[in-house]
Amino acid sequence: MPDPVLSVRKLRVEFPTRRGTLVAVDDVSFDIAAGEVLGVVGESGAGKSMTGAAVIGLLEPPGRIAGGEVRLAGQRIDNIGPEEMRKVRGRRVAMVFQDPLTSLNPLYRIGEQIIETIRTHATVSEAVARDKALRLLTDVGIQGAAERIDAYPHQFSGGMRQRVVLALALAAEPELIIADEPTTALDVSIQAQIIELFKRLCRERGAAVMLITHDMGVIAETADRVAVMYAGRIAEIGPVADVIRRPVHPYTVGLMGSIPDIASDAMRLTQIPGTMPRLTAIPQGCAFHPRCAHAFARCNVERPELAPRDRAAAACWLAPTTVTAEAR
Amino acid sequence: MSAVEARTADATRPLVEVEGLSRTFDVSRPWLNRLIEREPRKLLKAVQDVSLSIRPRETFALVGESGSGKSTVAKMVVGLLEPSAGRVSIDGIDMWRGSHAGDIAALRRRIQMIFQDPYASLNPRWRVGRIIADPIRAFDLARDSAEVEHRVGELLRLVGLDPADAQKYPHEFSGGQRQRICIARALSSKPQFLVCDEPTSALDVSVQAQILNLMRDLQDQLGLTYLFISHNLAVVRHMATRIGVMYLGRLVEVAPSQQLFRAPRHPYTRMLLDAVPDLKMTGRRRKAIEGEIPNPISPPPGCAFHPRCPLADSRCRTELPRLIAGDTGEAACHAVEQGRVGAGSVATR
Repeated sequence: MPDPVLSVRKLRVEFPTRRGTLVAVDDVSFDIAAGEVLGVVGESGAGKSMTGAAVIGLLEPPGRIAGGEVRLAGQRIDNIGPEEMRKVRGRRVAMVFQDPLTSLNPLYRIGEQIIETIRTHATVSEAVARDKALRLLTDVGIQGAAERIDAYPHQFSGGMRQRVVLALALAAEPELIIADEPTTALDVSIQAQIIELFKRLCRERGAAVMLITHDMGVIAETADRVAVMYAGRIAEIGPVADVIRRPVHPYTVGLMGSIPDIASDAMRLTQIPGTMPRLTAIPQGCAFHPRCAHAFARCNVERPELAPRDRAAAACWLAPTTVTAEAR
Repeated sequence: MSAVEARTADATRPLVEVEGLSRTFDVSRPWLNRLIEREPRKLLKAVQDVSLSIRPRETFALVGESGSGKSTVAKMVVGLLEPSAGRVSIDGIDMWRGSHAGDIAALRRRIQMIFQDPYASLNPRWRVGRIIADPIRAFDLARDSAEVEHRVGELLRLVGLDPADAQKYPHEFSGGQRQRICIARALSSKPQFLVCDEPTSALDVSVQAQILNLMRDLQDQLGLTYLFISHNLAVVRHMATRIGVMYLGRLVEVAPSQQLFRAPRHPYTRMLLDAVPDLKMTGRRRKAIEGEIPNPISPPPGCAFHPRCPLADSRCRTELPRLIAGDTGEAACHAVEQGRVGAGSVATR
């Protein structure tokens, strides 16, 4: 079997503060194969964006990788210098963020920005790069690309801007795309267009995708596998259909139940009591135990590891039997 | 109590009546620029001719995408923004014109609002107790400070917080808890009618579930009437008795919640439903709506939805459809009126 495009092993991200060291990401491991979309889902503070930032070396200081390995096509990228990392970013790894305006320079025409990206990563003439930029813009569904290539970002609507950002991300033909909440700022009708486009482009180009979002609906439609994060760790990971239809971890069960469903007339939503712990006060043992209806003595003191079962894995002492039965 | 409150007892009579409500914003460039560049005045019609009524103890939801005018309607209903035309009357009292000043002041106590961002709507320098007590003091609802304190404790317990939390500052709470504080503050003047503008959009899903459940419980317990604004159809389905769908400043469909989801009539409503992500993974392909919302400064003539509508014909391009009542609700669509729309929704099958 070939190396996965991205392989993360026992990743740990720490923030040294005056009051002690905060652990934002702890013991996170996953692989993404070429052409595969891994969804990373969780609520605010779960560490999902932090994991993405750590993978591409964009942690805000004082945050730092305190342990583990990140490999891109077999090669370590967590311990290389900033200059080398800069070359990896953009050429081999691309990013798409929630707000398309953060990725676009308002002072430059979109064409210039795409051409610059292409020429930074490949030695081609201006004319060849412009041709390629035009093809990319057409690919991401910008109508009349030939006229719009010389427009400024502010002349586009939100959905169109996100298309431009996608074109920009694809410009260097990256092996890995990290998309952090790419559709969250968009209206539902535009969201559907962008997701459809995103799926098609990644499939066609065989890029590996790490899709970070809080929206289970987006994951359900886009991802092949999903990792559910809670308090800096992966609570459950597996094929999307398994995790959504038959969640094993009580947190995933609660999370799925709390999402209002358009096809159900249920009067009350399932709710998980309490809130996600702050990084300063992550409970001992299983971090979820204070909110868990199934917690017992062992959960309070001993932290469960991810227990593999079929193609999925859940970090819960009760994982194989009890909870599954009740979740149905 | 006054005659005003006695009238509310009649449950069949709408509590809130909105008629022909419109709001125009002047978004022109400054006078000198217009003069030099010979630009005409630019007017943005944020809300046009919206009429609806809300019965006591009902939850009426307004849904729509950004720029559809739903928040502008909320602001006019609650009295924060003056309508350019039309009428808002609550319990028979006109909010804006022709009412006794005393009546309007008395009405203010009975209407409260909950906003989207619980971080922005709480004064960071005030303790929670003072925040919640403010309306009690403003409307003179307690005899002395001991009664105020007692009432604040009661309200905190009602929304699932601890009376001791009154001593803390807003920054000590999480987003969900802050929204609970906002709800406690809204309830402190004993209102009948709450306008909720995207109350859970800034919250995580598990916290959203807690707040939505709380809002339902409070409605049952206190007999509240809600105007609920949201862009999230699944949330709306969970909360609303009746739903109004807005597009570019106009209501395009109004129907009881179940009917709207079971048999949406307006093509825009159908597309919105089809665009909702499929969580059950039934294999239904989410259908992307073609195109984008047009610029509200120069909306298309006729039906504003016609450039994106698969059923549009020449009449739709020229003649504005009016809301026409059907068996279960109202829809503003020529195709619906002429029976060119098949029954049922693709989404909920």
